[in-house]
Amino acid sequence: MSIFINEKTPVIVQGITGRIGSFHAQEMIEYGTNVVGGVTPGKGGTTHLGVPVFNTVKEAVAATGAEASITFVPPAYAADGIMEAAEAGIKFCVNITDGIPTQDMIRVKRYINSAKPADRMVLTGPNCAGTISPGKAMLGIMPGHIYMKGNVGLIGRSGTLGYEAASQMKELGIGISTSVGIGGDPINGSSFTEILKHFEQDDETDAVMIIGEIGGPQEAEAAEYFKNHMTKPVAAYIAGLTAPPGRRMGHAGAIVNSSGESAAEKVVILEEAGIMVVPTPSEMGTTMQALLKQAT
Amino acid sequence: MNIHEYQAKKILAQYGVPVPKGGVAHSATEAIYQANELGGDKWIVKAQLHSGARGKAGGVKLCTSHQEIADLCDKLLGNNLVTHQTGPEGKMVSSMYVEEASDIARELYFSIVLDRATQRVTLIASTEGGMDIEAVAEETPEKISTITIDPAVGMQQFQARQLAFSLKIPKEALGAATKAVMACYRCLRDTDANQLEINPLILTADNKILALDAKMGFDENALYRQPAVAECRDKTQEDPREANAAEHDLSYIGLDGNIGCMINGAGLAMATMDMIQHAGGEPANFLDIGGGASPERVATAIELVLSDASVEALLVNIFAGINRCDWVAQGIVDLLNKRDIDVPFVVRLSGTNVEEGQRILKESGKKVITADTLADAATKVVDAWKEATGK
Repeated sequence: MSIFINEKTPVIVQGITGRIGSFHAQEMIEYGTNVVGGVTPGKGGTTHLGVPVFNTVKEAVAATGAEASITFVPPAYAADGIMEAAEAGIKFCVNITDGIPTQDMIRVKRYINSAKPADRMVLTGPNCAGTISPGKAMLGIMPGHIYMKGNVGLIGRSGTLGYEAASQMKELGIGISTSVGIGGDPINGSSFTEILKHFEQDDETDAVMIIGEIGGPQEAEAAEYFKNHMTKPVAAYIAGLTAPPGRRMGHAGAIVNSSGESAAEKVVILEEAGIMVVPTPSEMGTTMQALLKQAT
Repeated sequence: MNIHEYQAKKILAQYGVPVPKGGVAHSATEAIYQANELGGDKWIVKAQLHSGARGKAGGVKLCTSHQEIADLCDKLLGNNLVTHQTGPEGKMVSSMYVEEASDIARELYFSIVLDRATQRVTLIASTEGGMDIEAVAEETPEKISTITIDPAVGMQQFQARQLAFSLKIPKEALGAATKAVMACYRCLRDTDANQLEINPLILTADNKILALDAKMGFDENALYRQPAVAECRDKTQEDPREANAAEHDLSYIGLDGNIGCMINGAGLAMATMDMIQHAGGEPANFLDIGGGASPERVATAIELVLSDASVEALLVNIFAGINRCDWVAQGIVDLLNKRDIDVPFVVRLSGTNVEEGQRILKESGKKVITADTLADAATKVVDAWKEATGK
């Protein structure tokens, strides 16, 4: 099993008729993703890219049995689209949108978490490249061909740095079970820890690579979870060792505001927990190779 | 986005937060006019720049005569003030704020932040006003109280009361303190601020509550729905290189080294910076072209990177997903057809349409050093920079 999505998972695309939504929906279909429909308010009843379009997520779920959604919705409406997916019973939602106001995300999290844990939608993103289970399904905007199918789980805050990791591993013959982008915003739908829990349970994943960066408490939380609850080995790279404090480094969430948030501090915390830290970004593949060798 | 103290106080006052009376001035004459409007015989005159620690740097003064006000304004206005938060170049004093002097009985600390651990709005208060809150948290954490707000219902009166009692506010001022705290929360919520700090919040000798200083930061992603806040932007307080890039809708970070970088994605940009330093160089900047960049956009972005006079070598590092290597290569060739680039120029392309991109670069015959991997790119650009500059 991969996590969250496989070749059978029925997927809907929110914003399927938009320029960007349409382009990526086509790419996902070509990759083999089971796209069963789309949602664009006001365009219900039409067909786009060979799949039915619905006015609401609720109608789409009722008609197609969709379990996952990907939302291509502009920042001002993105929070609304995510909450609509949660209300309609979607189990796994990817949000690509860069630029959602932070207070909107606070409300989104509160809304999603008001559901019972068993019914709670898993949200990844915003501001991410999406999730891919290589050879099975792709819910995102990544170039699918750089991912090889395999047994390593990948979790990253950055899209392109995730591509870098996947291609370095592919060069060495190391494949990916699922790659999950959690996004570069200060408030993420899912944290490293929440995704690690899924990889720990996944029988196709033997090791995990996390790609973190400066800012926020998430990497430290992941280290704590790893130490206390994980049996599978984990490697980590933290971007921004040379980033000056107090500066926002491109991602809205990549800023060192308080102690424990710099890359150097995170490296220490991860190493102390027993996670193998990647020394430089060109060694993500070789570090994973060493970790897998050590584990067998 | 940050704003000036006087702007923050004006916004806070609109929500009912008590602030001292004051007026902003752009010249010594205007400052004296503002002092006359306020009346009295002593005024606090404060340099307006986006930085804390202005007092220690000589940017805040209690003045007791018009001459003193004029002298301070002449000395500071239009010049850079260096505080321990601004860096060695300092920041320009774009205006002065003239305020009535307050009779301080106690100084308190109050702030509101978006806490990333709880993913909620959190209020922080301390009896130790006027001090650096990180130092208080380190040495006497028991003097700090925090309250987390449930976004479904917003802040409640009892929470404001809890905070007021934790600050040991006398009962004569409890009502005012509770109101002020509630008003600050509403202000942050309604203006999409992501940071509000009042340090100090004071209790006067006659039991009034006043925000003596105010610092507000706003969520850039929400500015589209906060036009009044967006108007407070003061470009004199921003790195001109960053402001220029923002006008082209590009994200630019200015740094202190000599290697200019054009990259796609913030994470890859930070990783490339780390790799350059590992190879023995220092990045001058990084510019993120984002996704789906056209050849024109690529050319504009490279020109922006080169417009920084400190750039002595150039690195383009692209891992294309929704970008296309052929478009990036075309943008580079188009630019080189238009102008010469007289610094070493290293290009690493990977991902979508990489073969086509490499072919375009090769067939153009332009003087570009190509690299295959991240490590290769960093090493090549640092080596070429060293060779060209002799550093």
